[in-house]
Amino acid sequence: MKRYNSLEEVRSDLSKGLISCRSLTEYYLDNIKKKAHLNAYLEVYETEALAKASEVDQKIKEGKAGKLAGMVIGIKDVLCHKNHGLQASGKILSGFISQFSGTAVQRIIDEDAIIIGRQNCDEFAMGSSNENSAFGPSLNEADTTRVPGGSSGGSAVAVQADLCLASLGSDTGGSVRQPAAFCGIYGLKPTYSRISRYGLIAYSSSFDTIGIISRSVEDAALLLEIMAGPDNFDSTVSHKEVPAYSKSLDFGKKVKIGYLKESVESPGVNEEIRKKTQDILTTLEKEGHTVKPVEFSLLEYILPTYYILTTAEASSNLSRYDGVKYGYRSSEATDLQSLYKKTRSEAFGAEVKRRIMLGTFVLSAGYYDAYYTKAQKVRRLIKEQTEKILSDVDFLVIPTTPTTAFKIGEKTEDPISMYLADVFTVQANLSGIPAISVPAGNDSQGLPIGIQIMTKAFEESSLLAFSKYLTSKN
Amino acid sequence: MDKSIIEKYQPVIGLEIHAQLSTQSKIFASDSTEFGSMPNTNVSVITLGHPGTLPLLNKKVVEYAIKMGLASGCEINRVNFFDRKNYFYPDLPKGYQTTQDKAPICKGGEVVIRMKDGEKVIRLNRIHMEDDAGKNLHLAGETDTLVDYNRAGVPLIEIVTEPDIRSSEEAFQVVTEIRKLVRYLEVCDGNMEEGSMRCDANVSVMLKGATQYGKKVEIKNMNSIRNVQRAIDHEIERQIELIEKGEAIFSETRMFDATTGSTYGMRTKEELNDYRYFPEPDLQPLNISDKWLADIKATMPSLPNYLYKKFTTEFGLPEYDAQVLTDAKEIALYFEDLCKHTKNYKAASNWIMGPVKGYLNELTLHINDFPLSTQKVSELIAMVESGKVSFAVASQKIFPEMINQKGGSAQQIAEKMNLIQESDTGALQPLIDEAIAKYPNKVAEYKAGKTNLLAMFMGEVMKLTKGKADPKITSELLKKTLDNLN
Repeated sequence: MKRYNSLEEVRSDLSKGLISCRSLTEYYLDNIKKKAHLNAYLEVYETEALAKASEVDQKIKEGKAGKLAGMVIGIKDVLCHKNHGLQASGKILSGFISQFSGTAVQRIIDEDAIIIGRQNCDEFAMGSSNENSAFGPSLNEADTTRVPGGSSGGSAVAVQADLCLASLGSDTGGSVRQPAAFCGIYGLKPTYSRISRYGLIAYSSSFDTIGIISRSVEDAALLLEIMAGPDNFDSTVSHKEVPAYSKSLDFGKKVKIGYLKESVESPGVNEEIRKKTQDILTTLEKEGHTVKPVEFSLLEYILPTYYILTTAEASSNLSRYDGVKYGYRSSEATDLQSLYKKTRSEAFGAEVKRRIMLGTFVLSAGYYDAYYTKAQKVRRLIKEQTEKILSDVDFLVIPTTPTTAFKIGEKTEDPISMYLADVFTVQANLSGIPAISVPAGNDSQGLPIGIQIMTKAFEESSLLAFSKYLTSKN
Repeated sequence: MDKSIIEKYQPVIGLEIHAQLSTQSKIFASDSTEFGSMPNTNVSVITLGHPGTLPLLNKKVVEYAIKMGLASGCEINRVNFFDRKNYFYPDLPKGYQTTQDKAPICKGGEVVIRMKDGEKVIRLNRIHMEDDAGKNLHLAGETDTLVDYNRAGVPLIEIVTEPDIRSSEEAFQVVTEIRKLVRYLEVCDGNMEEGSMRCDANVSVMLKGATQYGKKVEIKNMNSIRNVQRAIDHEIERQIELIEKGEAIFSETRMFDATTGSTYGMRTKEELNDYRYFPEPDLQPLNISDKWLADIKATMPSLPNYLYKKFTTEFGLPEYDAQVLTDAKEIALYFEDLCKHTKNYKAASNWIMGPVKGYLNELTLHINDFPLSTQKVSELIAMVESGKVSFAVASQKIFPEMINQKGGSAQQIAEKMNLIQESDTGALQPLIDEAIAKYPNKVAEYKAGKTNLLAMFMGEVMKLTKGKADPKITSELLKKTLDNLN
């Protein structure tokens, strides 16, 4: 079977009778087995996926199939899927079965997506390399000595290695865009609040967004269209109307494009990525668009602000994993204090513990104002400055990452250098704006490069149309 | 302890009262709030804090909190945030309580209490909304602690007073007034025994005349208003004793033990708790519009203070009557309604506090189940007022019969039972004449000056009328008849 790059291609072959949902699902299942070493999936729902595929085939025959009929999807292990395991790639939720499906997951199920399995990621979505998984790292298919990025590493590898057509991930600081860039595929982080967070395991509530990893802009647009919108189970979700993204992908106008000078000129940015970015900007200029550098004076505050606020929220969000109600409980516990201490010490991974402790610290009496309150203020400044830039230009185009995929183990001893992998992606999360990583070819070693496009909040329509346009010029 | 020592000191008390709101569902989930269900049956994934769940604010909770705020004269905060209060405890499923720290829904306000020496205003600091925790259960013969999460997420309002309270009696009155208020508003059943209303007291003492408050101690676990008073009394004495001995008082939390009437220290470690409050990112800021506030105002019932003032001024009732009548809303409203049918307010009050309450108490009935309408009760008042029957006859004979018959006016029943007093001189005269005619000798003695024989003739007339004669009229008529005899 050939490699499909979009649902449209799948649909075309389905309608010609060349394939069935069942044969397609069998194909992906077979690939998953063949490429088990990539460690992309934590659990594969073989029987269930095949049964669903047959059901969708039947529905297609009857003309009753949903909008996602023919799409085989994998979901990151932070998304609730009723009666399926859920453990955020960690030990603390060992044996946990979700009792409900999150809103986004339910919406794709209702449109006949076939969910093939749950995917490896950094524990509780904390990480940039997928090395923080209790189940071992997922490997980048472009070079299996290298990381796929994170935290949605398994989800990106699954799409990269043809183990499903698209994945649902989550993006708190770049967790969809950064691995998409490392794996040479699309990674969309919508506007904060565009998709209900109900059923997404919380890492940092005021940053978390469900994101989409796909092989085409069209698939990202369609999935977003289906998942976005009001939801009675998330009071923070936006009630703004959801446009038909998949039907407004034409791009014909001339636009203003800004780029951050630092992102192109900084010595921290890999030479080939810099060159690629400059080439793209030059191409856009030649096409008649206005391209200009923009000042963003707060770049150096982005990571500290992000890590103070997200760890603060995480320290609270992860308090519920205490060994009392579900999941892992230490067998060594002798009293309540030791139940908490041993359970959490034994079951959380090092990075999760680091962030819980950092978050607990910044919220502590005596430090709260110096860290948490100040970071909230800086976040507002970052948001305002970003909005100001985006009132002047239509899109910001910068590299998704300062480097291509790094070696496994290369940064695990130095958390700060690991955190720097997110330097270009967290701005969108701090500001709540939508951003996408678009594949922009490979470097000389064959490692994928990603280009990030950001725009104003709730402007996903133009973001997606421009991404498709950029792809065509690339 | 010697009273003279106690009197050297001034207690300073502040109260924190938690009232469980009587909404059908929880504050952040649609689970039932029903009390007494089987353990862990009213628990959805939201209540249990399952991964991926989010809170959904129950608007009724906001309305109830606002009602309590309006009733207490608070300023209503129009933009509301929730905060997370972080701590670990098995009964706390999310590892944090969702409460309001920085921006409570109600700010300021007051509670008015009536003491022997007059009214006193106790200022409120705030009223805020939050979720309740579950319950740890320690069953006999069971070494493990069991947790019931039915109560987790039941909505609470916490009413916090300023440290304006100066005695345990005042504290007793404050809790009584607040309980009365939540019951009038029907936002909480006020049942302290079942724990739907809970009171913690912050107590300190200082020498009279001092300006610096002493170290405060928090006391918990008082399951009745009486026990709030007892616990405070005990705590005041304990603190004075320590000071007198030259010992220090520690800021701590102490539990009240109702069986011994004393307090004991607990979880000193937790005094070091840092709750790390921060804004709840899972809930949108809640705006309270003018319209919403106006709609809530429109549903406010008459409040005890308003009714008390109305009863004492407009109706001219003694303060005692007004206090008793306003204790419970339904009684107060029944009385208010009764006063639409009679202008004899004191008589109306006597009827309610006497026969009506007596009847309800005897059968342990609620006023809502009382079978007589205010119209019917007003007929009884009118009959007594017009002298047709005495209060004793009306309350002991006609009233029970009206309840039994469930129909017929007071007049009809009295007539049927032949209880109408003979006040008609036309009807009385023949009977008086008959009585006089029966005892010519006594008449002669009377005429000779033995006027106390009038009582004997009265008795005779009463016998003939079977006790129905109006004593005053009969006496006058009898005297006139005797005096007019030749």
